[in-house]
Amino acid sequence: MSELETLERTLLADIDAAADEGAIEAVRVGALGKKGSISELLKTLGTMSPEERQTRGARINALKNIVTEAISARKSALKDAAIAERLARETVDVSLPVRSSPAERGRIHPISQIVDEITAIFGDMGFSIAEGPDIETDYYNFTALNFPEGHPAREMHDTFFFQPDESGERKVLRTHTSPVQIRTMEAEQPPIRIIIPGKTYRQDSDATHSPMFHQVEGLVIDRTANVANMRWVLEEFCKAFFEVDQVTMRFRPSFFPFTEPSFEVDIQCDRSGPIVKFGEGKDWMEILGCGMVHPNVLRAGGLDPDEYQGFAWGMGLDRIAMLKYGMPDLRDFFNADVRWMTHYGFRPLDMPTLFGGLSA
Amino acid sequence: MKFTLSWLKDHLETDASLKEICARLTMIGLEVEDVDDKAAFKPFVIARVVSAEQHPNADKLKVLKVDTGSGEPVQVVCGAPNARTGLVGAFAAPGTYVPGIDVTLSVGNIRGVESRGMMCSEKELEISEDHTGIIDLAEDAPVGTSYAAYAGLDDPVIEINLTPNRPDCTSVHGIARDLAASGLGTLKTRPAPSFPVEGETPVKVRLDLGEDRHLCPGFALRLVRGVRNGPSPAWMRQRLTAIGLRPINALVDITNYLTFDQGRPLHVFDAAKVTGNLTVRRAKEGETVLALDTREYTLSPANVVIADEDGVESIGGIMGGEHSGCDEATTDVLIESALWDPMNIAKSGRTLGIITDARYRFERGVDPEYMVPGLERATELVLELCGGTAAKLDVVGYEGHTPKIVDFPVSEVKRLTGLEVSSEESVSILEKLGFGVAGSGERFRVTVPSWRPDVDGKADLVEEVMRIHGVDNIVGAALPSHNAVNGKILTTLQIRTRQARRALASRGMLEAVTWSFISEEQAKLFGGGQPALKLANPIAADMSDMRPSLLPGLLAAAQRNADKGYGDVAIFEVSGTYEGDTPETQRRVAGGVRRGTASLTGAGRLWSNAAKGGGKPVDVFDAKADAIAVLEACGVPMGNVQFEAGGPAWYHPGRSGTIKLGPKIVLGTFGEFHPKTLDALDVSGPICGFEIYVDAMPEPKKKATRTKPALELSPFQAVKRDFAFVVDKAVEAAAVLRAASGADRKLVTAVNVFDVFEGAALGEGKKSIAIEVTIQPVERTLTDEDFEALTARIVANVAKSTGGVLRA
Repeated sequence: MSELETLERTLLADIDAAADEGAIEAVRVGALGKKGSISELLKTLGTMSPEERQTRGARINALKNIVTEAISARKSALKDAAIAERLARETVDVSLPVRSSPAERGRIHPISQIVDEITAIFGDMGFSIAEGPDIETDYYNFTALNFPEGHPAREMHDTFFFQPDESGERKVLRTHTSPVQIRTMEAEQPPIRIIIPGKTYRQDSDATHSPMFHQVEGLVIDRTANVANMRWVLEEFCKAFFEVDQVTMRFRPSFFPFTEPSFEVDIQCDRSGPIVKFGEGKDWMEILGCGMVHPNVLRAGGLDPDEYQGFAWGMGLDRIAMLKYGMPDLRDFFNADVRWMTHYGFRPLDMPTLFGGLSA
Repeated sequence: MKFTLSWLKDHLETDASLKEICARLTMIGLEVEDVDDKAAFKPFVIARVVSAEQHPNADKLKVLKVDTGSGEPVQVVCGAPNARTGLVGAFAAPGTYVPGIDVTLSVGNIRGVESRGMMCSEKELEISEDHTGIIDLAEDAPVGTSYAAYAGLDDPVIEINLTPNRPDCTSVHGIARDLAASGLGTLKTRPAPSFPVEGETPVKVRLDLGEDRHLCPGFALRLVRGVRNGPSPAWMRQRLTAIGLRPINALVDITNYLTFDQGRPLHVFDAAKVTGNLTVRRAKEGETVLALDTREYTLSPANVVIADEDGVESIGGIMGGEHSGCDEATTDVLIESALWDPMNIAKSGRTLGIITDARYRFERGVDPEYMVPGLERATELVLELCGGTAAKLDVVGYEGHTPKIVDFPVSEVKRLTGLEVSSEESVSILEKLGFGVAGSGERFRVTVPSWRPDVDGKADLVEEVMRIHGVDNIVGAALPSHNAVNGKILTTLQIRTRQARRALASRGMLEAVTWSFISEEQAKLFGGGQPALKLANPIAADMSDMRPSLLPGLLAAAQRNADKGYGDVAIFEVSGTYEGDTPETQRRVAGGVRRGTASLTGAGRLWSNAAKGGGKPVDVFDAKADAIAVLEACGVPMGNVQFEAGGPAWYHPGRSGTIKLGPKIVLGTFGEFHPKTLDALDVSGPICGFEIYVDAMPEPKKKATRTKPALELSPFQAVKRDFAFVVDKAVEAAAVLRAASGADRKLVTAVNVFDVFEGAALGEGKKSIAIEVTIQPVERTLTDEDFEALTARIVANVAKSTGGVLRA
């Protein structure tokens, strides 16, 4: 075996044996560094005869190329191994749990969600939202709404009263959202189309009554609005709200002091199962009261009942929330139990829109 | 209002079925609340006891053979003392549900003897309380036929939910009138009573009401002598029983019967127990009366009474007195038919706590024109059922009824309802309801009948025409659209309320709705409790005061959840609080509390934060972050917002803050709570909270254009530099931040605190605040000299405003 063959075999063995980047660098320096074994041989090329250069010189150059390549290959292999080792070292148990998004945990109360649903529907029909104070005067809560002083109709509303002031006037907690009708008529000229959601109070507490509850009320005043328009508005609302293609409604003549004629409205439904289904079935369920605004109420709002006319309706917000989403007990609405809120509440990013559907 | 089908048919000639009648009632506004068709009585048949023998194994039982009218006699074991051969009674076969004992019968074996059914007592059928023996009918009662039909118990009972505006329908006659008008039959009217009259009514009536004549606008009285008062006839008793009244005696039953039949409450006095004449007057303060319900009532001048020389004999229009009531011994009876002021009756009834059928009618308004005819009809019934001789009746105070006349253009029906009803039909409907209609063409003068005090104007007549014509005929008609695309409909406050809710919920908080009223103690703790905000009639003692803050309700709710084992709660509410009783002093507030470890990132321990101890308790900074989130969501310009140390008294003074916009506008407060507050509320645990006054935020500036200002991006690299300053402990970090930013408003684009440290090495009363300053070159890359100069300015500025020195 020639001296060059021996050197090649030794170097290749060293390269193979190099276990890390340091070792391979040592081999490279030993062979190809300034004083490296191959470098030394290359230095002898200048002293060779042309013939010798052609044979031996070529063999030295070939050796250099072989070793250079072997070193490069080995380096690359070592690098891959190092990465592989690092990756293995960095591996974690991805089955470990992470925190949920706060937006996923938070909840909007059903009442707020329902108000947004109603806003979406009536906003599309050109209504705006009106609000008023919870603490009302007797005038706005009763007198202006055509409840005569001492009239038994006032007894239908078990009213919370405040202590009388120096002038003997007793404020009340509003028993319905209707005072806002008067406040709106006083502040705005027709045409009026408003929806009035809000808290209402009655001195009543049992399984189906809560001393505090929510109503939503609607008012339309212009020169032509009539019962037929009211029927259309309420039918369209019920279809949109309950998210069904068809609803059958029954208007029954009834009595409210602030409307004339007045109606109670039943919606056809199926109550045979545990959940009430609308748009089908053979049962009737009362869901709202409505009527043409009483001439005395229009007058109280500063409008001439021969010039202006309109209709109003009101319903229990909590109640329609229960009908749509199935909460069994009204009192739970106000208990702030985290389990109830989490179960019946709505995710903050589920915003009711008509383009996306009211409820996802 | 309850009545039976046969009773209705006394007043209405009709072939309509029970179902049709009920459907029609509801559709004309007399909502049927309940119908009892008496189907439960159907299985009970009349049966005759063929033989009654002693039970072989029981002394008190008998073994009966009962002929039920079909097939072989049936064997029944019976324990009734009156069970005997030949008795005719009511039999129930196995499979029958017996309401009085709440049992469905099966074939039984009683002490070794088979029993195939039951002979029933009245109590078992829930007809009466009588359980002394089984029903014992007349010999000739038809065996095998329905017992209920025989006994008049199969008369269906209808209950309507009467609206308060319809006093006329507190009578069967009035209901029949409505049904007849709607085309369901013909109203029957009876001829005016006619009977001989003899002598004067010796007892005279005086109205002693001074100016307040309206309290008793009429009083009619008649004496009937020589009556025999006993039980009323079966038909009357059955009807009264069917609607839930207890038959007393004929005289009393007649008054009750006419109360329902005609909506005409009456009262009968035993003339022998009345001393001298009668006076209608206000009661004296503290005057008492033992009423017919055997309870004693203490009266006041607010109550109107009928008194004789000995004192109060009756509370006018509400309830008679026990003393002069009629019983079996009554021979001379005074029948009263009077008119009372609806408001006074309602008020008196309410304050005295008396609910009677008379009050129910008088407070709605009784037909004044029927006062006298009602007395005549009552007299007729008394003479018919009890005999006797009627004296001449006296009427006091009645000035007659002036009917209301309404100008009625028929076009109103179309204007208000959209219904096309012909003028002829409108007139016909009104006339059938008893209205007088004069005129022709399209405009009428309509006279309102005396029994319809609820009808005042055109709209009321529209309702009459509409409900009788049929509400179902109204077809929905689209409301005209104002705009093709509807614009913004919410006010700024409404938008902000909504944004606050969604922002807080997106921070992992749950929205609660808590009571608007809280206890006085809680209200006072949070700055409330003013007399003007105290309910006069709270539903419970701890719901007496309008809340001055959302926090007490939320804190209590957090604690309730903790007590159930859910201690890590983050809840909020966006709603009203009350500083006063005016619309302006009702606030709109967003408030929230976090308890335990319920921070933004999540509650409880998790492997990933275990190294830091996990489950860090919430503190003032969690509340501050929530408060800021609300302000940001509502679009408040945060650059102008200031945070001051300390909050209202319910907060921890050293761990709370107040958020302001300018010197005057308080936007909110946040912090941990004062230990005394938590103690008083009985709330425990790490807990923090905040309130933001959504209504205090100024309206956003109106912008001329929606275009956003141009974005200028510097091409030069931004650089970060750290500084640590040693300052006095009392120095606020915010002061250091302000000083550093102020060093060069152009170049310094952000400053942040990344460490706060206190240690002995810094010296007594000192702390180190480390800040990171972001420098954004604008015109050119900064040189070392530039940086040195800027650094020097920052250090100098901080030193000047806080006394801080660069930490060595």
